[in-house]
Amino acid sequence: MAESASQPHFGAPDDAGGGREGEITRRQFLTYTLMGTGGFMASMLLVPPLRMAVDPLLKAGEEKPFVPVADVNEITDEPKRFEFTLKINDAWVKNQATTYSAWVYKEGSEIVALSPICKHLGCTVNWNASPEHPNMFYCPCHGGLYTKDGINVPGTPPRAPLDLYEVKVEGGKLYLGPLIQRT
Amino acid sequence: MQRIYNWLDERLDLSPIWRDIADHEVPEHVNPAHHFSAFVYCFGGLTFFTIVIQILSGMFLTMYYTPDIVNAYNSVKYLQTEVAFGYIVRGMHHWGASVVIVMMFLHMLRVFFTGAYKKPREMNWVVGVLIFAVVLGLGFTGYLLPWDNKAYFATKVGLEIAETVPIVGPYVKSFLAGGDIVGAATLARFFAIHVFFLPGLLLLLLAIHFILIRRQGISGPL
Repeated sequence: MAESASQPHFGAPDDAGGGREGEITRRQFLTYTLMGTGGFMASMLLVPPLRMAVDPLLKAGEEKPFVPVADVNEITDEPKRFEFTLKINDAWVKNQATTYSAWVYKEGSEIVALSPICKHLGCTVNWNASPEHPNMFYCPCHGGLYTKDGINVPGTPPRAPLDLYEVKVEGGKLYLGPLIQRT
Repeated sequence: MQRIYNWLDERLDLSPIWRDIADHEVPEHVNPAHHFSAFVYCFGGLTFFTIVIQILSGMFLTMYYTPDIVNAYNSVKYLQTEVAFGYIVRGMHHWGASVVIVMMFLHMLRVFFTGAYKKPREMNWVVGVLIFAVVLGLGFTGYLLPWDNKAYFATKVGLEIAETVPIVGPYVKSFLAGGDIVGAATLARFFAIHVFFLPGLLLLLLAIHFILIRRQGISGPL
């Protein structure tokens, strides 16, 4: 609003007294006061709804716990899909059992658990699903390809490797935790 | 600011539009600056202002509200207790609903007691009465949406009142309830009526109301 000092419209110099150099006229003063009050009232009206609308952006996400997914002796060199459920709070739908999955295999003695969410646009990738691309993760939506370790194949849509689950083995059981992003 | 306005004005010729909408004489007898008692002429504008608040807050409430018997109550509870400022926005809508009706009633009393409904403004009185009905309809349909006990029984009572109308009563009731009971179908249709049909009708009637007042001018002093 500060630049309206030069307004020919509201600040006509011939009215309302004063007129000394650099002083605001009565009309300007009233214009500022009215606009300020009006702006304050309008913001009273608009701020609460806008704050409510952007609330999801400002809410902290929930930390994903470790959950048991499979027996370690089920895991082989070949990626295998395991499903597990987590109870999540989806707004007012509390404790909703939601199914997640992971592609799990052994790399030597290490266990690798890959997220099946394609890094292109979020479809679900499958192991060995495309006859032309054996022993790769294939995304049916736009033909994204990843090698066995989840690294995206250049020239296909995804621009990052598949996410990794944090892995923990306890009492012969495989536990999966939060996702780790790779670049 | 002025520069942006001038740039647009040069191209779009905004000033005449602005003048048509807002820049017109306020006769002395309706200007509270001249006679303080003239504040009674503000009630129509205040009704409209409150309706604007209702439309705004209502639009934002539908971002969270779900018109479904399983989720309606929980979605309201969620936005009321877990969404920042949610209780304020719902409060605006809740209290505003009453304020609209109070302001509208005061506006109607002023028009009645100043005789402003007389020739040539009879048709605008009729439009005003239709607006009154639409706003009461908005109040009635909105009351069910939180799907709590008060909402449920208020709607039951309202529907049974509608049923007492001779001949058409039972049909009106079934139409509003969307079935034999106050249930899933009722909630869905009350939501549709509340957020689509009646607001659309209300905006149309308000447009007619305002065009007529500009055509006919404000009635003279007592």
